This record gives sequence, structure tokens and C-alpha cells, in this order.
Amino acid sequence: MEKSKKLVFMTLLIALALIVSACSSGSKDSSDKKGEGSKDKKEFNMIEVAEIPTGDPALATDAASFIVLGQTMEGLYALDKNDKPVPALSDGKPKVSKDGKEYTFKIKKDAKWSNGDPVTAKDFVFAWRRAVDPATGAEYAYMFSDVVKNADKIMNSKAKPEELGVEATDDNTLKVTLEHPVPYLDSLLAFGTYLPMNQKFFEQTKGKYGTNSDNMIANGPFVLKDWNGSGLTWSYVKNDKYYDKDKVNLNKVNVQVAKTPNTAVNLYNTGKADRTAALSAEYAKQYQNNKEASTFEESSSWYLKFNMKRDGKETPLANKNIRKALAMAFDKKAYVDTVLSNGSITSDGLVPRGLANGPKSGKDFREESGNLMSYDVKQAQEYWKKGLKELGVKELTLDYLSDDTETAKKTGEFFQNQLETNLKGLKLKLSNVPFKVRIDKTQKQDYDISMAGWGADYLDPMTYLDLYVTDGGNNQASYSNKKYDQLIEDAKVKYANDSEKRWEKLLEAEKLLIQEDTAIAPIYQRGHLVLIKPSVKNFEEHLFGPDYTLKNVKIEK
Amino acid sequence: MVKYLAQRVVYLIITLFVITSFTFFLMKFLPGTPFQNEEKLSVEQREILNEKYGLNKPVPVQYVNYMKNVATGDLGNSFQFDNQPVTDLLKSRIGPSLQLGFQAMIVGTIVGIALGVLAAMFQNTWIDYGSTFLAVLGKSIPSFVFAALLQYYIGVKLGWLPVASWDGFASSILPTIALAIFPVATAARFMRTELIEVLSSDYITLAKAKGNSRMEVAIKHAIRNALIPLITVLGPMAVSLMTGSMVVEQIFAIPGIGEQFVKSITTNDFPIIMGTTIFFAVLLTVIVLIVDILYGIIDPRIRLAGGAKK
Repeated sequence: MEKSKKLVFMTLLIALALIVSACSSGSKDSSDKKGEGSKDKKEFNMIEVAEIPTGDPALATDAASFIVLGQTMEGLYALDKNDKPVPALSDGKPKVSKDGKEYTFKIKKDAKWSNGDPVTAKDFVFAWRRAVDPATGAEYAYMFSDVVKNADKIMNSKAKPEELGVEATDDNTLKVTLEHPVPYLDSLLAFGTYLPMNQKFFEQTKGKYGTNSDNMIANGPFVLKDWNGSGLTWSYVKNDKYYDKDKVNLNKVNVQVAKTPNTAVNLYNTGKADRTAALSAEYAKQYQNNKEASTFEESSSWYLKFNMKRDGKETPLANKNIRKALAMAFDKKAYVDTVLSNGSITSDGLVPRGLANGPKSGKDFREESGNLMSYDVKQAQEYWKKGLKELGVKELTLDYLSDDTETAKKTGEFFQNQLETNLKGLKLKLSNVPFKVRIDKTQKQDYDISMAGWGADYLDPMTYLDLYVTDGGNNQASYSNKKYDQLIEDAKVKYANDSEKRWEKLLEAEKLLIQEDTAIAPIYQRGHLVLIKPSVKNFEEHLFGPDYTLKNVKIEK
Repeated sequence: MVKYLAQRVVYLIITLFVITSFTFFLMKFLPGTPFQNEEKLSVEQREILNEKYGLNKPVPVQYVNYMKNVATGDLGNSFQFDNQPVTDLLKSRIGPSLQLGFQAMIVGTIVGIALGVLAAMFQNTWIDYGSTFLAVLGKSIPSFVFAALLQYYIGVKLGWLPVASWDGFASSILPTIALAIFPVATAARFMRTELIEVLSSDYITLAKAKGNSRMEVAIKHAIRNALIPLITVLGPMAVSLMTGSMVVEQIFAIPGIGEQFVKSITTNDFPIIMGTTIFFAVLLTVIVLIVDILYGIIDPRIRLAGGAKK
């Protein structure tokens, strides 16, 4: 027995010693590395909020993956600092056929992968065919839907991936055939799912492509390093093979994931990070007047969605006056200022500010469309009375569906208070559920009012407006108006090549959706607040695609 | 002993089978799909994805397939981390959680026992009151509050240790302390109560009568006996510490398994949910077995089943 006791004790001691020594050696290595970097002003430290799920452009579905692709890869187009898509790997603008359906791109001859291989037109053909192939299981394959010829047929297994409308006529020439003219094609080409892939390297990874930094290759400003596939740290190192490397100022960017804003702020305040990720409402409020705070308006529109049919029966929200009353009865400004305080702005329409400009006027869509649904208690009460009379009731109880985050709960309470105070006889029952449950309930139309949001898939008002066509996949509220369907159809097909007429149709559609029918009640355009050191210059944030690009970041003394 | 171990291994396999099956069917009640982007997917696309991942098959078929794969050691690929085998994810995530749990356990037990012994030996003195106060504090304040306080005062204000990140031994100190507070309190409380009881036993009086000093009696005779109930508590506690604390891991930005497990549930990442559950179950049953063996080592009078009959 004495022996066994000693054995247990010794084992524990050895285990402890091993752990301590292993950790100490690791610590020395990493602190050495940091020491070298900190002398160099070309190193930038930043915080992210989530791990990288994948580095595979076809499988990427979330912000974290697209951010990584945005730093390490380049497609035919890239977004400039004003979110304008500009040719990147495409050597100048493409040749477009008269009917607007055929595009011929020349690929830059000096474009190279980080392993030294040239980037060719075949890399695009390989990547795009793979993305639409159902066997790949790419969730974002829908970005090709109704855009590149035969994409839908392939995605539904009615055609082979080889039949996709993309072809490499030689190493530097890429021919793309579209289903119909697509006015926003250049922004799609700047999106992650349209990136090229090096087939040779892909095959070398034997099904492990994009699972860690060793199984990734770059053709953009940086190469991803030290990512083990699920870790909370990684870095970007300047890509020496990048054709535009002279414009890249940073040698290295270190990323640390911090999921609690408190940790992010502490890391920032101790100088371990030069930039935090977006702060939650509580912290945003605390730091909103800080001189190192920076806000950005995202392309993300939030609104109340009114369900008009539940269990096959019409809900009280099928009544237009009830919808209008609800849409006018809450103070958006108070909500944005008191609950969010993170750079979000009130919105009186569905299409967010900054997304697109009119072809003739040059004006922003939001500005040109105007305020379609403003806060007006008096008018709301009139509509409410009228609506209740039409329904033949004096009181209404409605279910409000939303997420279960702290901000979502506070939001629910805000709307409950505002709507119940301003509309006599209304009772709002709050239901705060996890995200997946909310989506499930929305898809089953098991709600009355839902707090819904939408982010742009491309830089055009259509990405928002086609959500509400009759039986649209994301309508999920049984809204239907033939006139609206026609306007969207006209903008998509009839006036695809006539930008001015198309613009008019889109403006008309938004007016009909919000002002006349009030299918939804616009609330706000989401913004975010980050802390960033004043020495960091040219940090470019984007409305769409990767949240930001680091290519031009400079650190000044 | 061999017979006892063999019997326990059979129980372990049965337990694992029941837990795996139960979790599998429970998991099927989760609403939604594992697809990140389900909001934007068309019905056709969702069907294609379901087919690709075998989710369109009837649940019993999925169950049989899964169990077959598990029997061969294949826990499948994560949905959330595309193409990453669950075993690889577990391997990369479990290290930090185990290390922190192990360190917290060692610190917690040593400090806790020491506090408990002191409190019992100096009953009703300021040492006893101080130790009890610390134990109550450790039991009643959640570890994440300690974690946030340690991070702010030691990491930010004093700058003695890293604020967060997983970068060598130094960065494991604050989370270890935050995690150790609870085992310190538990061990101290248990040790005090047990030791006071043991110290009033007849055999202790006899030992004292033989002329042994107070300290000698305590170290040679009392502590060993008082440790037995404590070990019963420490077993499951070790598992809960080593499987990672979601909040402490989040606060200190540690790439551990606790947070990963919770996230896999909210994202319907079925293979990770299953893989982690199986792993936790194995860990718990193995630790319970170790605890049983430790009983025998600490007190030779306790014979393990099978052995006792001889």
C-alpha cells in the first residue's frame, strides 16, 4: 500500500512538472515572437468575436470566414474604401456583349498564388463549378442562382457542373455567360463565393482544404498563419507573391478572439489590441463619447415583420389599418438612442442608407425614396381605432417573437411599453427564444409580429426588395400584392438593361411595400461601435462582403 | 481487483451506450437545422444539404449509422467547422480545459485541505472564522465574478499577469485561481466538518493518551480518515472542472471545450454535441472508477467489491 501511495504521488508530481515545463517553454517562444514584433511598427493587433469556421470559399457562410477570405484572397473585383466594386484580378473592365449577358474578363498576368503558381482563368472555372455542384453542399451557392447560366439547374441536379456558364478560353481569358443581364454583377464578383481556387493545391489537401492555415493558399495581400482549425488566435503575414504587395504596409496582423466585450475592452486598454470588435449595446453606450470610438453604419435593415396568416387563418395583422397603427406607434429615435447607442440610425424604409445611388440623380436610394413610415402617435391611434372597428373587437393580444440575447430582451420590453401605451387595448406577449427557434417559428409562420433583420447579399436595393414577392422564400408573412410582384419582375427582367427605369421601379416598389401596404414596419439600420487606436489609419470597413480589409492599413507614430 | 475492474468496464460500456442513445434522440428534438445560413436557403437547397449530411433519412436509420461509426471510432465531421473531424476538434480543444481543470483541482484541493485542517485544529478561533468566511465566499460567489475581478485588478490595474489569451503558463494562472475558488471552498468545508468529527473519536483520544502531540495525532491518524468523504466529492468536481467552464473560458479567451460544447448546441452541430457528450461520459465514468480505487489506497480497510468477499 505504501508503494502504491508513493506511485500515485509521483505520477501526479511528474504530470504537474510536465505541464508546467511545457507551458513555460511555450510561453518563452511566444513572448520572444511578440517582442520582435512590437519593435516593428508594421504589426497590428486586433480582436475578433468568433473563430474561423472555414477557409474554403465555397463553404463559407459567416462573417468570420468571409473576413479571412477578404484578407487572403482576391477575386475578379474587390471593394474600394467607398464600397465601390473595382477590378482586382480582372485586368481592367470586362468586355460586355450587347445584350448584357456575356462578359469576357482578362486576368492580370502578374497575379500569383502564394505557392508561386500563376492565377489563371481555369482557377475561376474550377471554383465556380465546385460551388454550384450539389455534392459540395455549399450553402451560399444561391449567390450564383439566377445569375450565372445554368446555376439553378446544376444546383437542383438537373444539369452537370460542367454546364455552368463559365469558360476559360485561354489561361488569361474568362468568359462568363449570364441568365439575363445582372446590373449588380460587379459587386457579386467581389464576394467570397466567387473567389478562384487553385485546383492543384486543392487536390493536394485531400479533402482538408480550408481546415487550417497549412491547408490554405492565398492570392491576396496576406497569407493566413498559425490557425489550427478551431483556435482563438491566428495571424496574417504579408504575401510576398501578391502582385500589389508594394501597397501593403503591414508585415503582420495578430488576431485574438475575445467573446466577451469586457475582455476585448480590457485587452484594448492594456495595449494588447489596437482595435476591438463591435461592442455590445451596454459597452457601446459606455464608450460612445470616447475619442477612440468609431462607428460604422452596416448594410443591415431591422424591422417588425407582420404575419398575416397563421395556421391557415388570417391574423389581425391581415388588416392594413392595424399594421399601419403598429408601424407608427413607437419612437424609433428613443429606441436607437437609449437601447442600442452603437451607431445605429433610425430608418423609415427597408433599403438601408449607403447601399446604392441613382443612375441619373446620383442620390442615395434611401434619400431619394424618403421617409415612408415615421413615428406619429396621433395618426397611429386613428388607424388603430379604424382597424379595431373593422375587426369588430375592442382589444387585441399579439405575440411578439424575438431572439433571447440581452439586447433583444430589452428591445422587446421597449416595444411592449411603447405600443401598449400608445395603442389602447393592445397587449403584446413577448417571446424571446434562441436564434434557431426564432428561424424555425418564422419559417412555420408561428408568430404575429417578429423582429427581423436582413443584410445585403449584393450592392443593390433588389437584395432587400425581392424578399417580399408573393410566396418568396423569405416572405414568411403571407404578404402578397400583384402590383408589387410586377414591379420587381420588371426591375429584374424588363428593365435589366435600362438602369433609370429599373431604379424607378425599385423606388415605386419600396413605397408600395412600406407606405401603402405596410407589410413591415421599418425601425433602424444597424450600426456598430469599435475602439480603435488613433495611430491606425486606412482601416476600411465594408457594407457587404468581408466586414473590413486590412490591405491599406497603416500605423502612424 | 481484476474482476472488479472488468465488471466496471462492462458497466462503463453500458452507461456509454445508454447516454449516447439518449442524447442522440434528444438532439433530434432540437428545432432548426445545422445550416448556418438556413434563413436564406431555398427548400430545394435545404433538401440537397440534408441529403449530403444524411439528415433526410429516418431517425432510426441515422441512429444505426451513427452508432456503427462510433463503434469504429469515427465521430463524424463538424457542421460548424466544415470538414473538420470531431475527434480533431476535441483533441485541439480538450488540452487547455484539462490543464486548467487539473491545475484548479490541485490548487483547490491543497489550499482547501490546508484551510479545513487549520479551521478544525483551531476551532472557534479567528483562524476558524476566517477560513469559514473564505469558504462561504467561495461557495456563494460565482467563478465568473472572481474571473472578472481577477482580470481587472491583477491583469489590467496591476499588470502582473496576462489579461486574457492562451499563451503559456502565465496566462493560465488567473483562470486557474478563478476556477480553484470553488474546490477550495468545498474542500475546506468538508475537511473541517470531517476532521472535527474524527478528532472527537475514541481512537484519537487513545492516541493523545499515548503522549502524541496534537499535530502528530492530526497528521498521522485524523486527516487520512477525514479525506475519504472528501474524495467522493472531488471525483465529480474534477470532471466538471476538466470539461471546462464556459464562462471562465470566455472571459480569459481560452480555446477550451466548455464554450465549444454550448455553442454546438445552439448551432445544432449534431456531431460535436454527440462527440463531446461521449467524451464527457467517458471522463466521468473513468474518474468515478479512479475514486473507488483511491478509497482502497487511503483506507486499506475498504475493500473493493470482489476483493472483500475473499
